[in-house]
Amino acid sequence: MTDGRWTRDSDGVNLREEGFTLGERICEIEVEIKNADGLHMRPAMQFVDVAGRFTSDIKVGNDQANVDAKSIMQMTMLAATFGTKLHIRAEGSDAKEAVKALRELVEVRMFDEAPGKKVEEEQRG
Amino acid sequence: MKLSDIVCFEANVPNLSGVKRDEVIHELLCSLENAGQLGGASSKEIAAAVIKREREASTGMGKGVAVPHVKHDAIKDVVAVVGCSAKGIDFSSLDKQPVYTVIVLLSPADNPDKHLQAMETIFKNLQKEDFRRFLRQAQTHDQIRETVEDADDAG
Repeated sequence: MTDGRWTRDSDGVNLREEGFTLGERICEIEVEIKNADGLHMRPAMQFVDVAGRFTSDIKVGNDQANVDAKSIMQMTMLAATFGTKLHIRAEGSDAKEAVKALRELVEVRMFDEAPGKKVEEEQRG
Repeated sequence: MKLSDIVCFEANVPNLSGVKRDEVIHELLCSLENAGQLGGASSKEIAAAVIKREREASTGMGKGVAVPHVKHDAIKDVVAVVGCSAKGIDFSSLDKQPVYTVIVLLSPADNPDKHLQAMETIFKNLQKEDFRRFLRQAQTHDQIRETVEDADDAG
């Protein structure tokens, strides 16, 4: 067993491992919504879809709520607008893969949607 | 944002006559049109847009509720309408169960944040079992209105 201290890996994932024998991990990451339309229902469905591929328990939070990443109703309730930061916390054997896949979806693929204005300007340089 | 700020009470339909998804969407859009809420667009046009969106992915999120929605140029401010069906409607819901409460949400095309706030308001309430049950039992305009206003008061 470790003392449960957090470490930060090169991908920016905050990682804590406990119960090495069980391979239990807790990973946390902060992501920013970068598509112009924000986390409306279709992106929320994509998010639930990706989260559902992992066995880890995954929670997503903003300032107001903390919800189950695998529940479409709860994810839609987050209603995160462009520029909102979301905190993702995964707990389980594939926690790290889960948070990385979700970050990829939110920040890199941007739910396959058009970026918001600020991101667009940054991309143009 | 409060639910009463977005629901057009006079357009609510306590006893939906349609039994199919598309019928019900048309019925609710006609009701919004009669209440003058479509910004000059026809109910047919907006219903077609809502149905197109619905075909991409069902907004039947389970637990007997569906929230068909669309962003449209003609819509100047978010507006929602509630329809209740005693018989239940097949919405190809995630849990494959019939839908008894349909909330159609229309949003302006150029204000994604307002759309999200409206969705948040709707889903925050749909999470509550009491809210879902009261809407499912509602048979009159007043009962829908009371359920919505009580939900707002409860915060």
